[in-house]
Amino acid sequence: MCLAIPVLIKSIKNKEAEVEIGGITRRISLWLTPEARVGDYALVHTGYAINILNQEEAEETLRLFEEIAKAEEKS
Amino acid sequence: MKFITEFRRSELAEGLVSQIHRESKTPVRFMEFCGGHTVTIFRYGIRQVLPKTIEMVSGPGCPVCVTANADLDKAIALSQTLEVIIATFGDMIKVPGSRSSLQKEKANGAEIRIVYSTMDALQIAEDNPDKSVIFLGVGFETTAPTIAASILQAEERGIKNYYILSMHKLCPPVIRALLDSGEVKLHGLICPGHVSTIIGSHPWEFIARDYGIPCVVSGFEPLDILQCVDMLVAQIEKGESKVEIAYRRGVRPEGNREALKLIEQVFEPYPTEWRGIGEVPNSGLRLRKEYKSFDAELAFDINPRPTYEPKDCICGDILRGVKTPADCKLFSKACTPEYPVGPCMVSSEGSCSAYYLYGGNFGG
Repeated sequence: MCLAIPVLIKSIKNKEAEVEIGGITRRISLWLTPEARVGDYALVHTGYAINILNQEEAEETLRLFEEIAKAEEKS
Repeated sequence: MKFITEFRRSELAEGLVSQIHRESKTPVRFMEFCGGHTVTIFRYGIRQVLPKTIEMVSGPGCPVCVTANADLDKAIALSQTLEVIIATFGDMIKVPGSRSSLQKEKANGAEIRIVYSTMDALQIAEDNPDKSVIFLGVGFETTAPTIAASILQAEERGIKNYYILSMHKLCPPVIRALLDSGEVKLHGLICPGHVSTIIGSHPWEFIARDYGIPCVVSGFEPLDILQCVDMLVAQIEKGESKVEIAYRRGVRPEGNREALKLIEQVFEPYPTEWRGIGEVPNSGLRLRKEYKSFDAELAFDINPRPTYEPKDCICGDILRGVKTPADCKLFSKACTPEYPVGPCMVSSEGSCSAYYLYGGNFGG
């Protein structure tokens, strides 16, 4: 029910954005994320962006996983 | 970076699983509160790859499942009202109430529309000015701000025939109720990811502080869950209990302030009934008096007949984490996703549905 999926914001007009979800273009609401910019990945829940995904944090997390995988391979 | 497949890489999962096996010494029981996490855990077979020291139990984090029968009966009674269109998320439609379901009422001619978003419900209201459109407001903190936004949009667009039946629920109070009941002993909590996107990580701090239970906020991909389990194990083995965020790309400690502001503006907390758990103080959201004109409970005379629970269904016990679907004598016999008896089999995030679809004979 709290399902939210990452989508790429293609364009913004007023409080709405055009996004692509699985090849289909949809309009989503930006009422909850006024900071959204074109090119951001938003977490979308029931047609509303509930957050803008943080790319740096995502890369940092993946780097950590890679370090763990390397360390575990050695041990 | 598409934020999905990157978090499903099996070679990275192997590293995390190996680290968990190496570090986990103390036998523990972790609860994943959220039904979305239950689905990830079952779909990717995560219970099977964890060491014997870690037992996982599913919690009550499925809004459809915890909706009390009395509330369902109200929604069903509303659907029988003349000149009313019910707009609802799809998961609600098959859930059996005391005597009927929305699906049965739809078959009998009630006007019930499945919508993806409150934006669709607003459009239906605008297109049908001679009818009343009632949106079934089901969901946790993730969904509540979208409902609040729809009410403000209705005001802005002058839509007067849009109503909410507010059955929204809040997660931290029900976790407190579960822990206070003492029925299920937990050593770690996987905190809901998208609820935390809205409320942040601070509202979980009482669990670590007052109950000494480590808490980690998790995302919904398999690597997210493994990372979260790994962080819980690290806290356990160090003898710590604190709140951490594993899902850092999607959750900030302070949450989404804009969304919290909307919830605060439109709703106020009140005591509400959870299936299997009972009434929990300050765990529901109802419309503030400034927005009472949107409240379906006030605008319509709802008289559902007395409610009763389906015989032999143990959804309530499953939601409290004290029993599993494998303990239910109806499971996969009288109760299946096609012919569900209880809500945990209906919702795609219900424990019974997850066991049915992915659990096989493993069951736990």
